[in-house]
Amino acid sequence: MESEFLKEDKLLLIKITEEIDHHSTEKIRRMADNEITRYMPRKVLFDFGKVSFMDSAGIGMIIGRYKTANMLGGTVEMTNVKPSIQKIFEMSGVLKIIPVVKSA
Amino acid sequence: MKGLYENEMKLEFLSKSNNEAFARITVAAFAAQLDPTIEELADIKTAISEAVTNSIIHGYENKEGKIKIIAKIFANTIEVEISDAGKGIENVEMARKPLYTSKPNLERSGMGFTIMESFMDEVHIESVLGLGTKVTMKKVIEKQDEFDDNKRSRNCRSRNCIN
Repeated sequence: MESEFLKEDKLLLIKITEEIDHHSTEKIRRMADNEITRYMPRKVLFDFGKVSFMDSAGIGMIIGRYKTANMLGGTVEMTNVKPSIQKIFEMSGVLKIIPVVKSA
Repeated sequence: MKGLYENEMKLEFLSKSNNEAFARITVAAFAAQLDPTIEELADIKTAISEAVTNSIIHGYENKEGKIKIIAKIFANTIEVEISDAGKGIENVEMARKPLYTSKPNLERSGMGFTIMESFMDEVHIESVLGLGTKVTMKKVIEKQDEFDDNKRSRNCRSRNCIN
């Protein structure tokens, strides 16, 4: 996981660089929450471009980060989501609160 | 026809979360002989990952135990059986329901069985309290027309492309 905070936009960019499953989410969750509480961004953008695999653990992970960001007044968006991963997000209905946007 | 099935493999490993990736990659490598599309292979990997994660979190509740996988190939179908000797599922009907989770505090979405059911063609669950759970899933890998260029470019055969 790599992250970058763009101060002028209050945008926290989090690039996930590993496969997302129950094993890896623990680490992603810890690191992402750390960054979100530290910067209190207006928006958190998760970049899935380097994610080659995700199972349902990713749904809980993204909803959990939404809760953290939302509590601090921010929103969450996702970008570069591959079709196989999009399919899982669609099934869960999570896209209604955490939209997928085109990469900047 | 030589026998009931044409190929078989067995796998046994400890219920550690870093084996989730090991299990799905191994089963996908075995399934590759059916020449699935990248999409079909991703479906199989996801379903295996869900079942193995269930055994680790719910079956063994993160205590150490053994998870067994038996995969078989019959003609154009792969059958995968994932079993544990964990605590078993109290109410299988309830567990199958979308969004149901017995562990909401762990950020579990409750989508595990729903994903297995929609990504595979058949899913059977046998569970006995105190004895364990066995999930059996089947997926038919459709033979594709070699000359169907449209489909090929969309679904790039796993054998012919590196991912």
